[in-house]
Amino acid sequence: MTTLHTVAATGALKLSWLLLAFPLFGAVVLLVGGRRTDKWGHLLGVLMPVASFVYALIAFFGLLGSAHRSQDLHLYTFIQVGRFQVPMGLQIDQLSISFVLLITGVGSLIHIYSVGYMEHDSDRRRFFGYLNLFVAAMLLLVLSDNYLGLYVGWEGVGLASYLLIGFWQFKNSAAVAAKKAFVVNRVGDAGLTLAIFLMFSEFGTVTFRGVFGSIGSGGSGVATALGLLLLLGACGKSAQVPLQSWLLDAMEGPTPVSALIHAATMVTAGVYLLVRSNPILALSPTARLGVTVVGAVTLLFGAIIGCAKDDIKKALAGSTMSQIGYMTLAAGLGPAGYVFAIAHLIAHGFFKAGLFLGAGSVMHGMNDEVNMRRYGGLARVMPVTYVTFGLGYLAIIGIPPFSGFFTKDGIVEAAFDKGGTSGAILGTCAVVGAAVTAFYMTRVMLMTWYGKRRWEADAQSAEPHETAEPLEGSSAQGAHGAAEQYHPHESPAVMTWPLILLAVGSVGAGAFLILGQRFEKFLGPVTGVPPTARGLWSLAGIVTLILVLAGVALAWAMYGRIPVPAVAPRGRPLTVAARKDLYGDAFNESVLMRPGQWLTRLSVYFDNRGVDGLVNTLAAAVGGTSGRVRKLQTGFVRSYALSMFFGAAVLVALLLVVRL
Amino acid sequence: MSPVHYVALSVILFVIGGVGVLVRRNAIVVFMCIELMLNACNLAFVAFARMHQNLDGQVIAFFVMVVAAAEVVVGLAILMAIFRARRSASVDDANLLKY
Repeated sequence: MTTLHTVAATGALKLSWLLLAFPLFGAVVLLVGGRRTDKWGHLLGVLMPVASFVYALIAFFGLLGSAHRSQDLHLYTFIQVGRFQVPMGLQIDQLSISFVLLITGVGSLIHIYSVGYMEHDSDRRRFFGYLNLFVAAMLLLVLSDNYLGLYVGWEGVGLASYLLIGFWQFKNSAAVAAKKAFVVNRVGDAGLTLAIFLMFSEFGTVTFRGVFGSIGSGGSGVATALGLLLLLGACGKSAQVPLQSWLLDAMEGPTPVSALIHAATMVTAGVYLLVRSNPILALSPTARLGVTVVGAVTLLFGAIIGCAKDDIKKALAGSTMSQIGYMTLAAGLGPAGYVFAIAHLIAHGFFKAGLFLGAGSVMHGMNDEVNMRRYGGLARVMPVTYVTFGLGYLAIIGIPPFSGFFTKDGIVEAAFDKGGTSGAILGTCAVVGAAVTAFYMTRVMLMTWYGKRRWEADAQSAEPHETAEPLEGSSAQGAHGAAEQYHPHESPAVMTWPLILLAVGSVGAGAFLILGQRFEKFLGPVTGVPPTARGLWSLAGIVTLILVLAGVALAWAMYGRIPVPAVAPRGRPLTVAARKDLYGDAFNESVLMRPGQWLTRLSVYFDNRGVDGLVNTLAAAVGGTSGRVRKLQTGFVRSYALSMFFGAAVLVALLLVVRL
Repeated sequence: MSPVHYVALSVILFVIGGVGVLVRRNAIVVFMCIELMLNACNLAFVAFARMHQNLDGQVIAFFVMVVAAAEVVVGLAILMAIFRARRSASVDDANLLKY
């Protein structure tokens, strides 16, 4: 078990709060400034994460040069009530700085790309405000030195994702998707909230140092409970089964948002939480098993969904779910897996951002068409996007020497190394997942870039394209008839350069991190494992590679050799199921939503008929009776007199009876 | 004459008065019937006082007369007011106060 040895921040790290302050400042200025900042808002929005990135680089090299690689920066006391103290501080160590570099680096590229992508959107300034807020919240999440600060960032990320997924809120589907993402996330948040409550009641502290220092004395029951609650939180944020349903709908947001959510922020938060909480997981085999099972199920679940989607963004979203499943699986494998979880996360950050931004670039040139059945043969018209997308593709399916090969193989091997039946099952899942990944990514490649053109070029496409089509969210999928004319074109430089840089990352990140155990050594103090030498080629790796090639070949046989029909065929039952997200929504609706609705209907019925009914019946009875009784008041004096006589007579009679 | 006859007369007068109150519509006649009942009571009081050799009944009879006089004053005033308003002295016409 590791205990964190942190020292007070020194040198340049003393200003680490700047990391958070830059994007937060940007968000505040852009959102409070309003339309006055429309002109230059996007520039400020780009500048802020770049500034954070530059500072993160300085901090990173400062950390490399320092003897103490885990440094704590106390900012102020957040909460001080009795013996409950929450200091607000930043913890800059190997893990958090890795995330900070990923978030700010990839985030900056996505910001730059958005300048071009959102150029024709009248709300670009607001968009950048939200993006900055997103980055700031994510940085707080990974930098905080206690669970409560992490929770604040966690919620901030949830809020920012809500705002961005629903950015085109005039589209009903976007508004609904945003709401769904928020609500599903809240379910996961409940797990994290309960975990924090439990930490406070058991240990009286919520700082990482305090919790990890006393977790050993809490017994394995507490560790298991904490581990499973944290897993629930991670499931929500990282879109793991059973809380996966929001991720595919989240594609309603603008494409840079999808890239940001899937690559740099949001879904990585769950993996970060699990890896950061490794001292808790280390004490509970049950919780670890739960994490691995969730990961293995999700990686297959997402991969199968990815195989059937015709919407390019949804296919990529299924892929994200699957890749995050790999990371979760690795995070559950114990110390051996943490390094690969984070390495895969970073590599994934590059290639998935590249793939999403590439998809956005395609949509940009294709009037926001997302249906891959209307693509085909685009490699000629968008060469830069094609090449960068292709490099991302090679990276994600794990062809050596691209980055996915190194990081994914590490996870596969770690799963098999776990030993026993569970290790074999998890390893098999990971290998099969890799093959399915190869299949669906090849499908995306073939349908988008190769084959016959399934779109009709209009007259303008022959000559150089001057002005891009206005981006209108409402003209999204399904709105175009088959005869719609497209004039696909390469995106402007502001969009292609981020793609190129991300492609470089996709190619090199894996080899850079994994070869020579560079990342293992770097992360060692956090994960608490000494780097172990492994061969580059293992049996599992070779089998995986063969299966990956088989997946590629199968996809080629189905989508490359024979032309892709422009209208989706009906498909086999599994395809139909996968198109419907493997009935994830149907499951939620039938198991959670419908019973809930029945319960509310029952309560309403009971309230109306039972509670209200009782009161109303009583009132009606009283009213009815008095209505009849008042008829006695006829207004005729003589009838009153008669009743008085009768009354008197009865009284007299009674008196006589009593007397007798 | 034994006092029983007076009591019997008193009962007869009371019944005549009571029936008059119940069956007559003219307010003046109803009033007169009420007076008849009151005086039947007075007669009974005096008769019983005589029977029991006790003056209490005779004293009560005076009280009843005073109350009856007061009642007539108030009652006739009300009657006048009703007659002015409704041009009728029938008790059945004054039936506004009802359900």
